[in-house]
Amino acid sequence: MAKSRKKELRFYSGNEAIAYGALYAGCDFFGGYPITPSTEVAEIMSEEQPKLGGAFIQMEDEIASMAAIVGASLAGAKSMTATSGPGFSLMQENLGFAAMVEVPCVSCNVMRGGPSTGLPTKVGQGDVMQTRWGTHGDHPIIVLSPDCVAESFTLTVKAFNLAERYRTPVVLLSDEIIGHMSEVIALPEPGEIPLVEREAPDMPPDWYKPFELTSHGVAPLAAYGEGYRYHVTGLTHDEYGFPTSKPAEADRMLRGMMGKLNHHDDELMLYEEIQLEDAEVAIIAYGCTSLVMHRTIYAARQQGIKLGMLRLITIWPLQDEAINRLCEQVDTIFVPELNMGQISLVVERLNRGRTRVIPLNRVDGELFNPYDVAATIIAKVKGDDIEDDTTIPLEI
Amino acid sequence: MSDQAVTVSYLRSKKKYPSVWCPGCSLGTIMGALLRAVDKLEIPRDDIVFASGIGCTGRMPVYTDFNTFHGTHGRALAFATGIKMAKPRLKVILAMGDGDSTAIGGNHFIHTCRRNLDLTAIVVNNNIYGMTGGQFSPTTPLNHFASTAPHGSIDPPFDICNLAQGTEATYVARTTSYHVRPMQKIIADAIAHKGFSVVEIMSHCYTTYGRRNGFKDPVEMMKQEKENAVTLKSYEKKKAEDASYELEPGQFLTGVFVNDKNRPEYSRVYADLSARLREEQ
Repeated sequence: MAKSRKKELRFYSGNEAIAYGALYAGCDFFGGYPITPSTEVAEIMSEEQPKLGGAFIQMEDEIASMAAIVGASLAGAKSMTATSGPGFSLMQENLGFAAMVEVPCVSCNVMRGGPSTGLPTKVGQGDVMQTRWGTHGDHPIIVLSPDCVAESFTLTVKAFNLAERYRTPVVLLSDEIIGHMSEVIALPEPGEIPLVEREAPDMPPDWYKPFELTSHGVAPLAAYGEGYRYHVTGLTHDEYGFPTSKPAEADRMLRGMMGKLNHHDDELMLYEEIQLEDAEVAIIAYGCTSLVMHRTIYAARQQGIKLGMLRLITIWPLQDEAINRLCEQVDTIFVPELNMGQISLVVERLNRGRTRVIPLNRVDGELFNPYDVAATIIAKVKGDDIEDDTTIPLEI
Repeated sequence: MSDQAVTVSYLRSKKKYPSVWCPGCSLGTIMGALLRAVDKLEIPRDDIVFASGIGCTGRMPVYTDFNTFHGTHGRALAFATGIKMAKPRLKVILAMGDGDSTAIGGNHFIHTCRRNLDLTAIVVNNNIYGMTGGQFSPTTPLNHFASTAPHGSIDPPFDICNLAQGTEATYVARTTSYHVRPMQKIIADAIAHKGFSVVEIMSHCYTTYGRRNGFKDPVEMMKQEKENAVTLKSYEKKKAEDASYELEPGQFLTGVFVNDKNRPEYSRVYADLSARLREEQ
């Protein structure tokens, strides 16, 4: 058969797209533990990794899964795990360790309704703050949130790229709707999305400082077994990785670590502006909620409301520039989330009274109905809402 | 080279000394035995990963000139599993404490035994949480005192070797920090073993355990290690002579309890599976 110039098409669910996106990115180690609604990622990895010469291991729990991917990354692998809320809670310990020892890895959280065991087969967006502050102590973290199947693929590749580039764990924050929704996507050709490999040391081993403060914020990372015999510890450490409790060294380490993501660039701060050019009212949303809001924008504009949307693709670090611009531009910002208000809190904090910020919350395990949201927005904007109840009625 | 010279040659020259360990601690002796065992096996130090969790024992890797890893409490085996599966050519050795390996890390311990991945766990059992100041651990004997057992421990203790055997580790041995030569030999044997090996080393923490339990000094504790150790050979001999023979309270068996070379090693099994699948493609 003649080789077609057309791209290969695949009918993938979001979770399948994450798994194949990871393989595209060169993921050669997966350690995981079964949990709904993320398990398909592990299932595909168990099928594919041994065929590709990579490793798959089902660990005894999520604590061990997170530990295993950190260990694998230190041995030179591009490593990943996938889980959902309860498992992500167990991963916090070693996610913090990964941030502390600056090891690239990708932890995927396909969110379900919480807290605790919550709604295992239904959707929620309640883990947004946990991805930022779930583990103890100040630490850098990158969190990316896809809103469709195609983006589940490409964003997984970017998650690996950012992990490698910034030597940090990256959380891929999907949700049950995106994970279990199926779409036809065009597979990128090999090489079409550039892949980033971590910077390896080229100096003699004696000169190597694995935690050196470099001008670009990230020190090269040697894989175990390549002649650089260095130390890794979760204790506060000096540039060699040796434990220290000297105030100056402790300060240097933490500030250096926190500062490396301040080299904000287009590659890190991903967002999408939808019909914002003439917008007087805006939505800030992410994940499955932003997907639904396209219809809300349409419905609102039909009624003469100039509504647009800032879609957060990178959720953390916080998109302060884009949000600040929006606070200057529009009269009202709506923040619909499938939680009791998490991103709305940071939007309110950045806003400092410049515009009206209205959280819209739904926590019954269901998606927003776009027309209900449009009706609420229209009512709020026109000022004819009777009571000041920002919670959307749950009758469907 | 003298034993001392060999030991010193494996210590990190850039690391700031002294160590964090108290005078009279058994960890230095155990580290020395481990380093000499590695030297005897002639494994290149670039190929060795020396990993640990948290606690006094967890501080061991930082002093040694290998690829070293100091992880989170109890998780050393899980990190090591990732390291080994990602790069099976590396020799991964772990130092763990009793609380580290069997309390907070108990789940990882039993599942690593079950998988039989080629890792070597040196479990230093000093019957106490030393670094945090002497709280009772899963191996503190009944009625012994600890800072969280001021009236004597009421928790039945674990036998770590029994635990490892029960969960099918393929190499299980016990020795003491007093018996330096056998310790060195057993550690070398365990590292050379293809599969998961567990070496329990009965040791002592005078600072947080000995003082609370009536010991005069660390030397007395070492003497007790010597006196309470009954080799498997002598036990079996006495048992054969007299079926009613049992260990006295406080006594423990030493020696190699399991050395199973038949059970397949996990990373090997995975590599074979991978090779077969790739051939079929």
